[in-house]
Amino acid sequence: MYVATKGGERAIDAAHQWLAEERRGSPSVPELSIAQIREQMTLAVNRVMAEGSLYDPDLAALAIKQARGDLIEAIFLIRAYRTTLPRFGASAPVETGGMAITRRISATFKDAPGGQVLGPTFDYTHRLLDFKLMAEGAAQEAARKPADPEPAPHILSLLDRDGLMEPLAATDDTPRDLTREPLELPADRPLRLQALARGDEGFLLSLAYSTQRGYGRTHAFVGELRIGTCAVEMEIPELGFAVEIGEIELTECETVNQFTGSKTEPPQFTRGYGLVMGQSERKAISMSLVDRALRWEELGEENTGAPAQDTEFVLYHADNIQATGFLEHIKLPHYVDFQSELELIRKLRREAAGVQMREAAE
Amino acid sequence: MTDAAYNFAYLDEATKRMIRRALLKGLAIPGYQVPFASREMPMPYGWGTGGVQVTAACLTPGDTLKVIDQGADDTTNAVSIRKFFERTAGVATTERTAGASVIQTRHRIPEKPLTEGQILVYQVPIPEPLRFLEPRESETRRMHALEEYGLMHVKLYEDVARHGAIATSYAYPVRVEGRYVMDPSPIPKFDNPKLSGMAAIQLFGAGREQRVYALPPYSRVVSLDFEDHPFEPTKADHDCDLCGASASYLDEVITDDAGGRMFVCSDTDYCAGRRAAGQRGRLAPEGEA
Repeated sequence: MYVATKGGERAIDAAHQWLAEERRGSPSVPELSIAQIREQMTLAVNRVMAEGSLYDPDLAALAIKQARGDLIEAIFLIRAYRTTLPRFGASAPVETGGMAITRRISATFKDAPGGQVLGPTFDYTHRLLDFKLMAEGAAQEAARKPADPEPAPHILSLLDRDGLMEPLAATDDTPRDLTREPLELPADRPLRLQALARGDEGFLLSLAYSTQRGYGRTHAFVGELRIGTCAVEMEIPELGFAVEIGEIELTECETVNQFTGSKTEPPQFTRGYGLVMGQSERKAISMSLVDRALRWEELGEENTGAPAQDTEFVLYHADNIQATGFLEHIKLPHYVDFQSELELIRKLRREAAGVQMREAAE
Repeated sequence: MTDAAYNFAYLDEATKRMIRRALLKGLAIPGYQVPFASREMPMPYGWGTGGVQVTAACLTPGDTLKVIDQGADDTTNAVSIRKFFERTAGVATTERTAGASVIQTRHRIPEKPLTEGQILVYQVPIPEPLRFLEPRESETRRMHALEEYGLMHVKLYEDVARHGAIATSYAYPVRVEGRYVMDPSPIPKFDNPKLSGMAAIQLFGAGREQRVYALPPYSRVVSLDFEDHPFEPTKADHDCDLCGASASYLDEVITDDAGGRMFVCSDTDYCAGRRAAGQRGRLAPEGEA
């Protein structure tokens, strides 16, 4: 006998309790602390901060713990929290040229003022499992030297001086805020960069990769990739000047792209730009390639129909919180719609069978 | 039990004002999709974040809220959303259609006609009726602006040519007051006639797509069709096996692995009300009045 499914509320409560138990894992294993996640899962924390659009390593670590290590779920927790926060104002633009550098490389120049700094990178590690880590080995202290007193200006600004780089016009316009206004097209470059900065790393990686394989090729070189901390300053109206309110770690990538000129622009090098919170170079490089591909229109390039050239396609599908929500919502009950589809298919089949029978009789 | 850490109905007042402005614009231009700055909500996109934001913007402390999903009050997501507002707004809730001042719904319109003073809030996944004909938002907005709906008629015509009937059974497109073509959300087309001339305010919220739209009371809403292939609301050709209703939308329930099935009202409040009044269906339990 059919009984309508009741007790949804009890089921939900029980599911949440089970989830909490699963999150904790075996009680015989010590619980992870937020500080452990923050210090030892730093790149995961960075990704959650970047795509969650909130620079707070402790909260990001908490979100990762609560999400059982599911980073998109953790990003979602951060986004939902962020949207409830009051806004006191906007900081002054961050001066990445004055970054306290931990890593800085250029693929276009062997050396540059300020030097190349490899920093803490996986780049030249051999990807061999380090079984010593299974037994909690302490890390050896790295060799140190005093910081280079020489300033490290943006490398592309050196090319700029020779007039080989496309000129960039400085502007005081306030960019549109993606989190406070609906996304509407056409989207200018500041808005596109905003969307890319919080976009899904995997999605941007694949799009950027597709441009390298010929779908909207932009011939990118990494002009400069730099990671380090930057001061965040805010103008305090009561004081009449800007004060430093903290510092954040940033990854910035500028690509140099070959450009043979178009109807509107002379031959020169053009740029792609990526800026991501925390240490996240894969994302920063991907972002700069996608940024450059999306600039085809303003540079008078040909639209080859490549996905990475399609602003609407890229911007509408880069957000993993929107994507995962809509994707996973098909788990929710749809039996009313399915029932109407059942009726329709039955009706069409009846009619098709009727036609066949009539044809057979003729 | 209200959660004091959050504002009444979760959203801050400035956000609610922004949504109300968008809703007023929507009511002023029936069927037009108004962009709004949808917020990230503490439930995922696709779970009704648009409807939840619209409900949050409409609720006052004196309201009584009903939440249904697939016509039922006890489906998990309806339970979850109802609980969210119990917690963040502390408003009274009900399962009775007639007793609610605000009803949030997913995929159904209640069977009992709504009255003036009630608000029906729909959760909308894809607000754009032309989306599956033209994927570009920039293009579809232009088509609406120019009232360029030929593509939709061609699609419906191709259905007729290929299948002998219009092969859309839910989210069936409508035209509002002779102007905008509108997606009524994925309600079965059985519910489409209820959209027109409804006494209640109908509000539609699409969170992920950042759109709201609205139907003021007594709006004229016409399901698209052709003179020789008129629109036809359909349902399973049965009566409800619990309450005997012959004119309510039915869910088909598989009861065994030998082809056994029964049909029951999808609107659980409607069905329970009929049974309480002594109506009985083919398989109603013996003990029931």
